[in-house]
Amino acid sequence: MTPMGGLWSDAGRALRRNRAATISAAILLSLILLVIFGPLFSPWSYDYTDWGEIASPPALSNGHVFGTDQLGRDLFVRTLYGGRISLMVGLAATAVSLLIGIAYGATAGYFGGRLDHVMMRIVDILYALPFMFLVILLMVLFGRNIFLIFVAIGAINWLDMARIVRGQAMSLREREFVVAARTSGTRAGGIIGRHVVPNLLGVVAVYATLTVPQVILVESFLSFLGLGVAEPMTSWGALVNEGAQNMESAPWMLLFPASFLAITLFCLNFLGDGLRDALDPRDRSGR
Amino acid sequence: MLRFTLSRILGAIPTLLILISLSFLLIRVAPGGPFDSEKQLPPEIEANLRAAYNLDEPVVQQLGRYLWNLAQGDFGPSFQYRDFTVTELIAGSFPVSLRLGAMAMLLALSLGVLAGCVAALRQNRLADYSVMTAAMTGISVPNFVMAPLLVLVFAVWLGWLPAGGLGDGSVSHLILPVITLALPQIAYIARLTRASMIDVLRSPFIRTARAQGLTPLTVLIRHAMKPALLPVVSYLGPALAGIITGSVVVEQIFGVPGLGRFFVQGALNRDYTLVMGVVVFYGTLIVVLNLMVDLLYGWLDPRLRR
Repeated sequence: MTPMGGLWSDAGRALRRNRAATISAAILLSLILLVIFGPLFSPWSYDYTDWGEIASPPALSNGHVFGTDQLGRDLFVRTLYGGRISLMVGLAATAVSLLIGIAYGATAGYFGGRLDHVMMRIVDILYALPFMFLVILLMVLFGRNIFLIFVAIGAINWLDMARIVRGQAMSLREREFVVAARTSGTRAGGIIGRHVVPNLLGVVAVYATLTVPQVILVESFLSFLGLGVAEPMTSWGALVNEGAQNMESAPWMLLFPASFLAITLFCLNFLGDGLRDALDPRDRSGR
Repeated sequence: MLRFTLSRILGAIPTLLILISLSFLLIRVAPGGPFDSEKQLPPEIEANLRAAYNLDEPVVQQLGRYLWNLAQGDFGPSFQYRDFTVTELIAGSFPVSLRLGAMAMLLALSLGVLAGCVAALRQNRLADYSVMTAAMTGISVPNFVMAPLLVLVFAVWLGWLPAGGLGDGSVSHLILPVITLALPQIAYIARLTRASMIDVLRSPFIRTARAQGLTPLTVLIRHAMKPALLPVVSYLGPALAGIITGSVVVEQIFGVPGLGRFFVQGALNRDYTLVMGVVVFYGTLIVVLNLMVDLLYGWLDPRLRR
């Protein structure tokens, strides 16, 4: 059995024992399916105004099961579309941070020495920057742009990943199969890509699961402030913002998107914690 | 210790320089200038305005001037609030934010440590599970979701507390903002305290203390507390940063006239100098507070002073 298979089946077994993580995974899966396929079954689009039903409370009779907003748009469809954006940003920005973090950390950890020292000093310096403020500054200056959100958030989160990957790469560097590859003349780039990176994917997977909720949080934070995705497109943060402004007259506008966002973050955190307890021997705080 | 202190201080300087230069350059390469308005200004007047704000100089010279002014506590004029300098705006609104933040920090530390200790002493029992589930909720529910929910329940539905503003400055106006701000930090601190307390309680010196017949409470307070709180001290930096970032949202939602609200207003109005002033001010504050936490940690844990 390959080490990857062993790792994943270990993780699977440990996860199944952890009831909170299993339930979270199931909820997340159904949520993702709902977000992808739910809008297909709705008669309304996310920007359609139902003039007869402005700000109407949730009701089965008129088909608006989550109610409508101040512009008569169906909240069910908007919540699902917002979920698409939030989850997509979460996954895409995590992918960006993974790419940068793995490449950077593996290089620093594999080569070690002075290069490692300089590269990690740079990470230390960047780490101390208050990135949230810089991202806000970025959004103010260059306007709302979903691509910019990916890049900006990915650029924040790679630092953690780089540190973790570096630690792993340093311990892998001295392992027999890496030494064997080196003595047989494989170039450093080949060793990093072929031998080092595949062997640290397990730990990376754990921290990626914990990165996704952080990223979703940043995106909704920006959207909440009015600096995220632009109307009529929406995201959970933007919907919560609209809901907060209308909560006295139309509390459902706040409650539905807020619960979707909270449940998603809750499940992702539980899943990530469960994975970390299952896979990471360094964290002994688990139950 | 002196060497440790000096190296940490020297380490913070490049961070500050990068922070300031980065925000400065971002502003300069951004599309649209501060004098873009509906009415097209005659070119001579715009040239005069640019000269008045030194925008006609080379960028490096502008950056140097900005750094020099910063060193003297001058953040430049606000483009939006024409009659005020950014320094005046910050000085006027920061005390409100400081009071809010300090209260939230105190609440987070006391409640977080207390909850963490309870969970550690009752590991794998009902109290532990309740604290940990509550902590997970605190971490998972962002403050911009928590704040409107709290307002909805306690101000709109129950009518117990005011929904926003500072009113006459009474405590009741601060309760909801402070709780919202503190909740995620309470959650993180409780988790950290629990984990490290469980570790410490397993160590030999605690067994010895127990064997001497000390009561569990004495063991906890006199022996276990200090080593168990080290991770919490190292978390103080991120906690402070989290509270500062959170205050931006919380002040916006509750209508607290603090620096965070000015920041968001400035951001939405594209008031470049104000936004940048707040970024630099809060950024510097976070870097300096982190430095102090670092030094405190080195003082508490001699193993770190290399």
